[in-house]
Amino acid sequence: MKPLEIANEQHTMSVLVDNEPGVLARVIGLFSGRGYNIDSLTVSETEHEAHLSRITIVTTGTPMVIEQIKSQLERLVPIHSVRDLTVSGQPMERELALIKVAGKGEKRVEALRLAEAFRAQVIDASTEHFVFEMTGKLNKIEQFILLMKPLGLVEVARTGIAAIGRGPKRM
Amino acid sequence: MARTMTGAEIVMQALADQGVEHIFGYPGGAVLPIYDAVFQQDEVKHILVRHEQGAVHAAEGYARSTGKVGAVLVTSGPGATNAVTGLTDALMDSVPLVCITGQVPTHLIGNDAFQECDTVGITRPCTKHNYLVRDVNDLARVLHEAFYVAKTGRPGPVVVDIPKDVQFAKGEYVGPSNVVHKTYRPKLKGDQEAIRQAVDMIASAKRPVFYTGGGVINSGPAATQLLREFVRMTGHPITSTLMGLGAYPASDKQWLGMLGMHGTYEANMAMHGCDMMINVGARFDDRITGRLDAFSPGSAKIHIDIDPSSINKNVRVDLPIIGDVAYVLEEMIRVWRARTPQPDKEAHDAWWKDIDGWRARDCLAYKPNKDVIMPQLAVERLYELTKKKDVYITTEVGQHQMWAAQFYRFEEPNRWMTSGGLGTMGYGLPAAVGVQMAHPDALVIDIAGEASVLMTMQEMSTAVQYELPIKIFILNNQYMGMVRQWQELLHGGRYSHSYTEALPDFVKLAEAYQCVGIRAEKPGDLDDAIKEMMSVKRPVLFDCRVHKEANCYPMIPSGEAHNNMLMGDDVSEEELNAAISDEGKVMV
Repeated sequence: MKPLEIANEQHTMSVLVDNEPGVLARVIGLFSGRGYNIDSLTVSETEHEAHLSRITIVTTGTPMVIEQIKSQLERLVPIHSVRDLTVSGQPMERELALIKVAGKGEKRVEALRLAEAFRAQVIDASTEHFVFEMTGKLNKIEQFILLMKPLGLVEVARTGIAAIGRGPKRM
Repeated sequence: MARTMTGAEIVMQALADQGVEHIFGYPGGAVLPIYDAVFQQDEVKHILVRHEQGAVHAAEGYARSTGKVGAVLVTSGPGATNAVTGLTDALMDSVPLVCITGQVPTHLIGNDAFQECDTVGITRPCTKHNYLVRDVNDLARVLHEAFYVAKTGRPGPVVVDIPKDVQFAKGEYVGPSNVVHKTYRPKLKGDQEAIRQAVDMIASAKRPVFYTGGGVINSGPAATQLLREFVRMTGHPITSTLMGLGAYPASDKQWLGMLGMHGTYEANMAMHGCDMMINVGARFDDRITGRLDAFSPGSAKIHIDIDPSSINKNVRVDLPIIGDVAYVLEEMIRVWRARTPQPDKEAHDAWWKDIDGWRARDCLAYKPNKDVIMPQLAVERLYELTKKKDVYITTEVGQHQMWAAQFYRFEEPNRWMTSGGLGTMGYGLPAAVGVQMAHPDALVIDIAGEASVLMTMQEMSTAVQYELPIKIFILNNQYMGMVRQWQELLHGGRYSHSYTEALPDFVKLAEAYQCVGIRAEKPGDLDDAIKEMMSVKRPVLFDCRVHKEANCYPMIPSGEAHNNMLMGDDVSEEELNAAISDEGKVMV
């Protein structure tokens, strides 16, 4: 009865949906109801005239589960199309983070120096704190946050991943 | 041409334009305007049930026996929540329904108003799709879309939630022909290359078996005819799930009986030993596969399904074909004819010889009893005495349901209405109400258990009101028989709360409902009692007192493989105790 040990994979999917009430609840309900993982989820209207929103979901599962997730998403009535970006080739993935760091003296100088090295922008500051804005790949942001910890990290807000496929074509 | 009318009138007009003749419902504060519109028209007949769950099951019975979309009308709050069991049942068994729910007026939504609930939130996971209509000018379109979504692709229930102010408001009505859904276009035609490949695979198979399901019946009468044609062309054996019974005639020599947990030995052994499995409109449900890692280990698998999410969900298949069964089978037959395949006659003869060996095991045999009615005998006699009639069978859920599936033999589709996926006790009586409404002159029998039928017994009152002569054939053993059977197998015979100490007297209960009660207590009484039931032109509660501790066999114990079945006629104490492993016990 033991299930076969099959390695999990992380996949990024783009989901084009009608921007109507409840559509996000349908997607999230599908994931919670069927026990799928959500590592990251972002949503925003992307085509105002066509009334379309784009949801980017990063999920983890066995290849069979990943295939299921795609089919289950496609089955939802208000969904236009689903694209597994990981299958179609290395997608471009970016995230935005706002990072608040408080401190004085040497630590403050070090935080600012690291922010410059990581190309983070200062968007708010006092003599006792900075708020950095940073856009980049997931691991870059995580590395920066890790470095800020001993320097007075207060809190972090992150958008989750937005992703798009390479090349000239749309999804 | 657009016409202006109230929201409530739009509802009735849309129902009429969608060909709805009967709607099952129950009024309440938030649907009063629609009920007023019901009152002022006579195209759509309303059937007043006694509980909203009954309305949905009745609509399911109606839909499954006709192939049409079932329609339901209930009020907000408790009306909607009472409908949830039925909606979930319809979702699991792919039954097309449109359920209209009243809602508190839009300005009160979210205020915890009287009889308010978040209907679209609650029904989102138990419908194929749902809508909250906030603008009366969207109402006609949404209703037509709802019917389209309910019946297109893999069918399912759709809820349309209509606030009371929208029912009063005036808006434009548009007819069904003016409504096209923006996105929902299920793929109906199978991939040509895949179909050609499937034909090649079937043609070269040595030990093939057709495994068919409810998808064949949902696809419509053409699919049934095409399935019969193709199966006969190939000469291969065929088995079916609970939901697919009737698509292939049970009297045919290629028919192996139902497969799965309580399926026949020959069907399950054929599934286990085949080298080619052709799944037509079934979904590899856990009742079918048993232990997954030992499921049909040596076969290549073809899977025809209209729902892409059914592919590779439980069992990885070698060749998926996504499309409507009728389209795909028609194409397969065409390609098969063009190829004129040369079957391996020697291999097929050997395969049929194996199957005949398994058949000879006579897996449905049970120990006869002179003094007590065996439940299997009751269904056998019911079948023998009613088979020549225009008969429709519904069931509740439990042992009686499995005995009905094993011993009642179906020759035609849409004659068998049972709750397969959700396993809803209380389904059969209201479903029979719906079936009888659609087929007034037919013999409609609910093969029931005494525990299940008490869950929706109040619908007898509906049957009496509308003069629906449904026959409720209760296999009364005073136990929740399937629960008791599992307690015997898994829990040392400790029958925790599976015995009903105080049952009503069903004959007197029938009198209270102003219908007819009949009781049979001895095997010798059975035939006459059944004949009496058939001759009565009114609803009947038939109290058939059966053996209290009969078990339903054969059985694949949970967590076991197809080739490891328990047989009814010679199962020993030790076998029973060892039947289910610790890992199997956690399965349901």
